[in-house]
Amino acid sequence: MSAPLPTPQPERTPETDAFWAGTADGRLPLPYCPDCDTVIWYPREFCPQCGRRSVTWRTASGRGTVYSYTVVHRTSGPYRDAVPYVLAYVELDEGPRVLSNIVGCPPDDVRIGQPVQVVFCDTGAGSALYRFEPCSPTGMAADRRG
Amino acid sequence: MTVRGRAFIAGAYEHPRREIPDRSVAQVHGEVAAGALADAGLSLSDVDAYFCDSTAGFGPISMVEYLGLRPRYIESTDTGGSSYLVHVGHAASAIAAGRCHVALVTMAGLPRSRSEAPVARSSGSPEAGFESTWGMFAAASYALAAQRHMFEFGTTSAQLAAVKVAASLHAQHNPHAFLRTPVTVDDVLASPIISSPLHRLDCCVVTDGGGAVVIVSPEVARELDRHMVKVLGQAEAVKHTDNGRITLLSTGAVTTGPRAFDEARISPADVDYVSIYDSFTITVIETLEDLGFCEKGAGGRFVQDGALVAPDGALPFNTDGGGLCNNHPSNRGGMTKIIEAVRQLRGEAQRAVQVPDCQIALAHGTGGSIGTRMASATLILGQDDA
Repeated sequence: MSAPLPTPQPERTPETDAFWAGTADGRLPLPYCPDCDTVIWYPREFCPQCGRRSVTWRTASGRGTVYSYTVVHRTSGPYRDAVPYVLAYVELDEGPRVLSNIVGCPPDDVRIGQPVQVVFCDTGAGSALYRFEPCSPTGMAADRRG
Repeated sequence: MTVRGRAFIAGAYEHPRREIPDRSVAQVHGEVAAGALADAGLSLSDVDAYFCDSTAGFGPISMVEYLGLRPRYIESTDTGGSSYLVHVGHAASAIAAGRCHVALVTMAGLPRSRSEAPVARSSGSPEAGFESTWGMFAAASYALAAQRHMFEFGTTSAQLAAVKVAASLHAQHNPHAFLRTPVTVDDVLASPIISSPLHRLDCCVVTDGGGAVVIVSPEVARELDRHMVKVLGQAEAVKHTDNGRITLLSTGAVTTGPRAFDEARISPADVDYVSIYDSFTITVIETLEDLGFCEKGAGGRFVQDGALVAPDGALPFNTDGGGLCNNHPSNRGGMTKIIEAVRQLRGEAQRAVQVPDCQIALAHGTGGSIGTRMASATLILGQDDA
């Protein structure tokens, strides 16, 4: 039986501080460029599409689909005892494909194209890790944080 | 400015050992420098340009001193495992521009005997908080690409395994190879899953070692009594996550292949031998597609029936056994890709895997990861009259 997923503190920078602060409040803030109507990922203070610096924030819906995934069976570092765990690219409804974990279901149940919904795992240090779990049959994720 | 025909590889040397617990990284640089220069018929005092990556001490500042060089041209572009294919291209450009005549490229590392995990270079990088935090590492990154390739194109684990099988058939003839026992598709599929769908035998070896090449101007080449290998074309590119719109279905070879073929004035059909970066089996399949050796998505079908097996396959590859079986020194496979291409063009590969009448060879390197960001480099080499 594998251990619960660890919640290591993310490496924060002045540029990503507002993003991580948002996750601690249970939101997934997405930088948005109004000039070229683009959601930016990963967060930065300018738009890598047009180079302008008029970036604002939008809160993600938290919904997306699995673009690709892998079930990790062997690794080192903080996740060593958490195997098997699922690492995935989740394509957010807003566009970006973000790297994350799929939780809340057996690893072997994950599929490409599966609808998922964000959950937040508090790091205890003013940030939370955004992870995703399968949407319930009604299309809403279970009301659970962990 | 083109580099086509403006520079030649005169010397090449691969360290014969795969576990070197009794040497320092600098010592291995020194050994491979001496080996490649001796192979060319040159000495350290002839070197007027030096190239290395950033992993040896303070890069070229340390190594130029250690080797006792007085170069007028130095470079330490670090694009991971593809660095050395970039170095050869830049050396050829510098030679063509008249800035130097004898360029030495060395690389070395001891990850096996020092139990160094492949370096996670992301700490301090802008992307750092968004990847390793979730348990991302090298094999998982390539596994994400393999999974999507399977979903999109129907590629199978058995087809991935065929890449390893071909490498192992070649490695049995290489007395220095780390893994010399041929394996079957079933052996690969029976090996433990590391990160699905990749098995242990889909992953390259971790070895100590190193290698070096010497690139010279046409004037120097004429004075040397050695089989010269002509630089026909080279290209490099970074392929990245593209503002969060990453595709896992292609590599930077999509860009570098056409550029290198264009400079060399050849097409994929003209290539007799390929060294393809093989950190994982999926790396080979995607790269072959991107370089145009088969249609996008057809890589699995292309390799499944022995096309990569020398000497009679349609496209013999990695005849030294590659990173999957022979050597992946310093967790960077680019140098050994160049060296085996040179051996093939000189007719100095192991007899059982020597491609008959090898006129044109291609070496391709990948640095970083196809599941996130990578630097790709393609180098096309040929006989003097090519």
